[in-house]
Parts: sequence; C-alpha cells; structure tokens
Amino acid sequence: MTTAVQAPGAEEVAARARSVVDEVDPRRAPRREFLGACFDAGLAWVHFPVGRGGLGASPALQGVANRVLQGAGGPDPFSLNPMGYGMAGPTLMGHGSPALQERHLRPLYTAQELWCQLFSEPGAGSDLAGLATRAERSGDEWVVSGQKVWTSLAHRARWALLLARTDPDQPKHRGLTYFVLDMQDPGVEVRPLRQLTGDAEFNEVYLTGARIPDSARLGDVGQGWRVAMTTLMNERSAIGGGPALPGAGALGAALALWRSRPELRTPVLRDRLAGLYARSEAVRLTGQRLRGTGRGGDPGPEGSLGKLVNAELNQELYAFCTDLLGPEGTLYDTYEPGEQERDRPLQRAFLRSRANTIEGGTSEVLRNVLAERVLGLPGDPRDDRTVPWREVPRG
Amino acid sequence: MADVHSVDAGELTALREAVRDLCDREVRQQDVRRVMATPEGHDPATWRRLAADLGVLGLAVDEEHGGAGSGLATLCVVAEELGRALLPAPLLGTVALAAPALQLTGDPYGDLPLLLAGDLLATVVAQDGLGRWAPDDVTTAATREGDAVLLSGTSPHVVDAAGAGLLLVAARLEGQVELYAVDPAGPGCRVVPQSTMDLTRRQATVVLEAAPARPLGEAGPALDRVGDVAVVVLCAGLVGVAQRLLDLSVEHARTRFQFGRPIGAFQGVKHRCADMLVAVETARSTVAHAAEVADAGGPGLALAASLAAVTTKEAAVQVAKQAVQVHGGLGFTWEHPAHLYLKRAVGDAALLGTPAWHRERLARLVLDDPAALPGPDAVPAGAEAADLVGADAPELAGSRA
Repeated sequence: MTTAVQAPGAEEVAARARSVVDEVDPRRAPRREFLGACFDAGLAWVHFPVGRGGLGASPALQGVANRVLQGAGGPDPFSLNPMGYGMAGPTLMGHGSPALQERHLRPLYTAQELWCQLFSEPGAGSDLAGLATRAERSGDEWVVSGQKVWTSLAHRARWALLLARTDPDQPKHRGLTYFVLDMQDPGVEVRPLRQLTGDAEFNEVYLTGARIPDSARLGDVGQGWRVAMTTLMNERSAIGGGPALPGAGALGAALALWRSRPELRTPVLRDRLAGLYARSEAVRLTGQRLRGTGRGGDPGPEGSLGKLVNAELNQELYAFCTDLLGPEGTLYDTYEPGEQERDRPLQRAFLRSRANTIEGGTSEVLRNVLAERVLGLPGDPRDDRTVPWREVPRG
Repeated sequence: MADVHSVDAGELTALREAVRDLCDREVRQQDVRRVMATPEGHDPATWRRLAADLGVLGLAVDEEHGGAGSGLATLCVVAEELGRALLPAPLLGTVALAAPALQLTGDPYGDLPLLLAGDLLATVVAQDGLGRWAPDDVTTAATREGDAVLLSGTSPHVVDAAGAGLLLVAARLEGQVELYAVDPAGPGCRVVPQSTMDLTRRQATVVLEAAPARPLGEAGPALDRVGDVAVVVLCAGLVGVAQRLLDLSVEHARTRFQFGRPIGAFQGVKHRCADMLVAVETARSTVAHAAEVADAGGPGLALAASLAAVTTKEAAVQVAKQAVQVHGGLGFTWEHPAHLYLKRAVGDAALLGTPAWHRERLARLVLDDPAALPGPDAVPAGAEAADLVGADAPELAGSRA
C-alpha cells in the first residue's frame, strides 16, 4: 500500500457509528438491517479492510464503535453468532480468498448465517493436530469422512470451519487442510450430545462423503494447522475476556446471592468471597490492560492467560454459591433436556462450570502455552512430531 | 491531585530505563549485600543520585510543593525498578509516606523541599502498639503543656525510622487524631532499630516519652490517603520483585538440565512458571489501576488500593516461594539471591496492612454494605464496550475435551 491516507482514529469511528445509529434506529429496524448497515459502514471489525466490514483502523477502536452501537440498543454480534463473529470472521479475513470473504463476511456478521467449528474429534482433544477426519481430493472437490464432537450450534449452523487430514503420510501438523463446509450437504449428520448437566449444548457431527469445492479451502493444502491457529487464538481470546463490568458473570451471581441471602452468611464464607472478588477484579483489569496488545488485531498468547484464570475462577465462584446454599445447593431442577422452567440456575452453573477448564483448551494446555510461548520455556517431550501421522500410536 | 501532568508512554519508558541503568550500575548484587550490612542499611550516595541526578523523589508531589506533578503512576515505575534491583533505600518512608503526608498537610514548616532534594529522610508513624498500620486506631497520646504539645507512646515496626531526620507522628489529642512533626534527635524520642528478616528494608521502634511536637493538623482522611498511596508504591516495588523472581526462575528452568532435558520442559516445573506469570501480570494490573484511581483524584482509592494490596502482596509471596522451589537446592543457598527477594516479599507483605487486613477492608467495602456493591459506575474511564463481548462466551464456545 502506498496510500498516505491515515487510518481512522477514535473520533472518526465514533462519528461513523453515530451516523449509522441516526440512519437506522437499532430499536426499531430489523436486526439484520441494522447489522448490515454497521457492516457497510466498516464497523463490524474496524481493523478489517474497507469493503470487508472494516475501516483499516486499530483493533482497539472496536470498543469505541461498540459503545455507540450497543449503547443505542444495537445487538452484540458475538452473542448472536459466536463462532461466526469471534472465529470464522478473523479466520476468513486472514486466510480466505477474496471470493470467500465477499460471500461470507456480511451474512456472518448480520447473523443471517450461523457458523460452527468442526475441530475436536473423539480421538483428538488437546492433541488437535492428531485428528483423523479425512479429506480426499476428487477433481475440483474434496470428499470428507470422519466424526467430529463438541460442536456447539451445529444443528443451527449454515456453515462450518473444518479441519481435516489431507495427507496421512506427513507428520501430523503438516498433513492438515482447512475448509469451509456447507452444513446442508447430504453427507453431514448432526446428533445432539448430552452432557453431565442433562442439557445438550453440543453435538456430534458425522461426515460421510461430504463434498466441498476446492474453492472453499482456506490456505494451501497441508497448511491447515497455521490457519487453525488463527481460529484458536481468537477463540481463547473471546472466551478469556470474561465480564468487563464489575458485577457481571459468575462474580455477579455470587455477589447477588450474598446480597439476597443474608441468613446464610458466615465469616468464613465472607472471607472466601472477598478473596474471590479480589481475584475476579484483578483478572478483569488484566483483560483490559492486555487487550489489543497483540499485533494487527491478532490476539496473542495473552488471551490464554485470561481464559485460564477465568475458567478456574468461574468454577470457584459457582462452587462458592452452592456451598453458601448448603443443603439447598444440592437440589436440581431436572436432568431432562429441553426448555423447562428452571429455578436453580446456580446449581446448573456449578455443574456446567466443570467444562470451563476443558473447553477452548484445557488448563493444562493453556499453562503450556503461557510457559512456552510467553515465557519461552522448552516444549513438552513429544514422540509424534516427526513421524508420519499414520504411524503414531492412537487409542 | 487532579492536576497531574499527563506523562506519555515514551517518557515512562525513558524513566524506566534511566532508573534501571542506575540500578544496574550502582546496585549490583554484591552492593545490595554490602549495603544491607551497613548501619544505615542504605547507601546515602545512591540516594543523592536518585534525588539529584534522576530527580525522581518528587515525581508524585505537586508542582506548587516543589515536585514534578507527574502522578503516582509515574512514581510507581521508579518503585518497580528499585524493587526489581532490590535496592535498599528509604523510598517507602521518605517518598511514599512522608512526602504525601507533608503535601496533604500543606507542609507548614517547609520540610518538603529538603526531602525532595535528598537532604532529609523522614517517615510516618501511624502504627498501633503492636506495630500494625492503624491510622484509625493510633495509640500514641498527645498532651498540651502550655503552648507545647508532648507525645508519648511506643510504636514498633516503623519503616525507615532509623536514620530519619523527621518523624510525622499520628497521635490522639482529646480523642481526635492529629499529625505532628517530631525531631528524632530531640528530647523524649528514641529510635531503636529492630532486627528484621528482610535485611534490605529497615524497621525500628519509635519510643516517645513526652517528646515535643509541632502540630501539622487533623490527620483523619489525609492519613487514610497517605496509607493508600504508600501501599500502592510498596506494591509497585513488589511487582518488580515478583517479575525479577519470575525472570530468574525461567532462566534457571531453561538452562538447568536433569534427565537429559532442561527442567522447564517438564510440566511440573513449567506450570509453576505459568502460574507465576499469571500472578505477576494480575498484580501489575491492580497496581496500575490503583495508581490511575489515585491520580484521577476521585473516590474509590481505598477499594483500589486494598485490591492492589491483597493481589500483589499475595502474588509476591507466592511467586517468591515458587522461585525458591524452581531453583531447587540452589534456591536454598545464601549465595543465590532468591532468598533476599523472598524476605523482601514476606517483609513487605506485612507492612502498611497485611493481606488479611486489606481483605477485611475489601469485604467491608464490597460485601457488608449492599449499596456499595460495585455497579457500572465503577468501570474505569477508558474501559471499552468491546470488553462486554464474550461475557457469556464459556457457555457457548466449542470445546475440545
């Protein structure tokens, strides 16, 4: 780029957001229309290029835009389409062809089309690069077979981010390729996966000869791991952010419970909650401090720090809640999946929080990431880095 | 302190480098060990260089009182670097405690310029009889004797009292806590050094027996603020201590080989280091936040200071224990510096309110008064709405079990 045009600053971003809100009232207009106007004004991801939902601005200015847009009653695009907005968007921007970006970014941002992520497999959890789902070339297409698991929103998603093995004779990281998969393909079958809370937030996805045009490939053949890193860093950063406002999230739930049940307070519990309050605030302030320190809007391994701490804090805060409730904390509404009325959200949250230190990278893996990528400590001993994937023991 | 100058990132970096440079030149480890064994417990020449060459003693003092008006956040950069080098210096007594106390009382006797020039050392005495920082509960008594006021009381654990030329003493006069200036060389005042675990920071018992005192005015709110400001400076030093320990530990884990590998390749060691990183970074955030709140001059300093104190004191002690462990047998030797940092962390954790004292204050501020529960108003200026994104993310994100 030889243009000397300055990247827009906070003033311009805020002005653009205000003019969108003036023209399309988010409280009246259909959600899709409002979000479409935001996208066209470059406020979807302000650090993306013009024409791709961005302005070429600093990623730190997204907050300026969001404050105006959401302050006027606009929806939070992340909560509408978490895998789409948080992960697919940045991955398409970083590695997708212009045609894929043109086709997908706008309907993704307006939540017209939801996204899911087909990464984990029954045999590939923390060791994601060991995955076994095969994609084989057939003319201008790829034919995919295998099983994916822990896929949220698969039953509603129109598109999926798919990581599959294209060359089993390469070592595991080198034989992977990254695709956009059409979830309406007849070779895709989605089955709900029931979890220990009784709910089924996630799915298993069976791929049987599903077909993908080569034009829906992200990055080169065999370069899938590099593309997947973009997705994963954005995932951890999105999860790791945690609540920005004091009084939100798990801490908010614990403080609200403390406030509403004075008859259950004891000095020991008071001390415990004070400690949890301090740790929650410290990590919230850390998220604010580190946000946007990554280069070019790419979240760095710092995102892993927030994810690690928030996951453990979430568990401790909900455990505090059930401990405070005492015997009442052992009651549970129902394990039947569905939308029944539920009066005991804290007990359910306590059980749900067990997944926090597993999903989006286990705490063990995240400590490795911090130690190796931030502190520069040597990697774990590994036996499978250089041998062909086909020869790695599995089970 | 609403008239804090804005100091840009470049200036802060330059300041950090200048202080680090002085530390690298003047307080190599053998110097720390030499200086900590002297009667003064610090090197007066180094102190004069900090005052005259770098001019850092008055960074957080207003310009009308002869300071730079650069704010607490700037002073914290200096404190962090001195903590990192483990520099024995009377920074806590003279700069963190006495300077803001004199500024808040208007410095009626003109002592502040001498302090900032490095020509006078001072400290604040607001301990109870057990040496606990207790601005609301001081036990030193003031009595009128004609035109004079005389102070009596014993206060152990007064930081930087030995060698001070000026004591700022909180004492109770007819039920009201007032602040007084006492000449430690004058009649009725004895300063008895205590033998401390941390050899790099000196404490002493201040014994007052009808010591003549010059009144500085009512102490109450000013003294609370002094304690809060000082504990933030203390914590900035602890961030430096913890960062240095983390750096030493990582370096050791990378270069110490056992079982044919660097020990840092083993998760038992590596995960300890990751936890140390988390402790250092979260502590750094709370100190930066507290300094920002102090410099903004609005309410909320007590909460922010206690949050920083709880987080940072516990983090520093935790990191120091981990550092000794990561170093193995080497970490238990007198020769290796880890123990000097451990002792500084343990010593500082007990000063200006223990972690338990600050946790109790947090509980009082946050849990006991429902009306005081933090709401959206508590979001610091500059917090981005983007931070809201992801609040519920753990409920939605995909998982790789």
